[in-house]
Amino acid sequence: MVRYEGMVVISLHVNGENREVAVRPADLLLTVLREQLGLTAAKPGCLNGDCGACTVIVDGWPVKSCLMLAVEAEGHTILTVEGLGGTAAVHRAFVDANAFQCGYCTPGFLMVCHALMTRHPAMPGESVVEEWLASNLCRCTSYQEIRSAVERMYAP
Amino acid sequence: MIPFNFVYYRPDSLGAAAEVYEKLRREGVSAVYYAGGSEIITMCRAGAIEPRAVIDIKRIPECMILSPGDRRMTIGSACTLSQIGESRMFPLLALSCGRIADHTNQCRITLGGNLCGSIQYRETSLPLLLSDADISLYGPEGARDVPFHSVFDGYMRLKPGELVVAVHVPVWALTAQCAHMKKTANEKIDYPLVSVAAVWRDGCLRIAFSGVCAFPFRSQAIESVLNDRTMTRGERAQRAACLLPAPVTSDAEGSGEYRLFVFRNTIDEILEGWENGTL
Repeated sequence: MVRYEGMVVISLHVNGENREVAVRPADLLLTVLREQLGLTAAKPGCLNGDCGACTVIVDGWPVKSCLMLAVEAEGHTILTVEGLGGTAAVHRAFVDANAFQCGYCTPGFLMVCHALMTRHPAMPGESVVEEWLASNLCRCTSYQEIRSAVERMYAP
Repeated sequence: MIPFNFVYYRPDSLGAAAEVYEKLRREGVSAVYYAGGSEIITMCRAGAIEPRAVIDIKRIPECMILSPGDRRMTIGSACTLSQIGESRMFPLLALSCGRIADHTNQCRITLGGNLCGSIQYRETSLPLLLSDADISLYGPEGARDVPFHSVFDGYMRLKPGELVVAVHVPVWALTAQCAHMKKTANEKIDYPLVSVAAVWRDGCLRIAFSGVCAFPFRSQAIESVLNDRTMTRGERAQRAACLLPAPVTSDAEGSGEYRLFVFRNTIDEILEGWENGTL
């Protein structure tokens, strides 16, 4: 049985690499990604699981990293925006659709959309897209453009 | 951040989980079983709880089962709402799961966490109350399999140190005619004013509610009224509103009076769909 107390060194598989981090069991995945690994794409927003700015992908599922302990992520595959390499279909789609204003929420939306395309390789129905996108907030209200980006992502 | 430390345990068997919980209890250490963690992390951050040990049950095989069987389907307590929804094996539970929080959070929230959580709605309980489900529990005294309704009266009634392992749903419930409605005050993603799950078994309506009172419930008194076709739909909805098992909830989501209005209308909608065959 795994037992972690105090500061422990664990290995996280992030963006295709195994990375060692020193964490407290109570540390959040979001904090560890940003402060120990320098992966600052995932953003602290509400820190309450509401806004989705901190969304990353764990084992193919979108996850709000402010609601996950770093120690839980051990043994799982984590993908952040940095791991997309800037060339994923979702990147091009967001640029082409001008699907951002201030950009703070953008990494979270990118990860949700990338996970959507991974789990639904063919364009899903409107209700599915709406359901997935509703997990994230954009205070600049770029929702129309983000919705267009999803269309472009599937039909580049 | 979580402003205090705890010890993290990740057992790989039920026995190890119960053993460590019992050991911590004897030592006076506050411990919680942990699955999706959404509520526990939120409450830790808010200072509402301060466990000194967290026992993560997601590597226990029995808690991760999601499989159909010849007589009943088994759903592990650590299965996420997304996994349950995407499996499509139990349509009514899939509908309930799809209306809890948002989609990304559904990828973390687990069946066991929703049933045992402190947030009063516990909407995954409704399909289980209606479908004669059983539940497997494990604790320091060992394993027990019991009818779900015998340990859930709006709240999970577990023995000290006990954890939910899995629920078992008879096959008839997987294909039964069913309906689910969730009414919220404003946004689609919100706590319910009224959440209703309905199943038809042998031509009779079974119905359970969340949001109306301070706990989810199934009421056979309400079912008797709603199955009495000598009354009009409106009369049945009106009578049902008088048979609530506890005072109607009145809070920031909606006043009690408004909730009752929505309750009656939702029942009418269900009955109309039943009569017209449109559900």
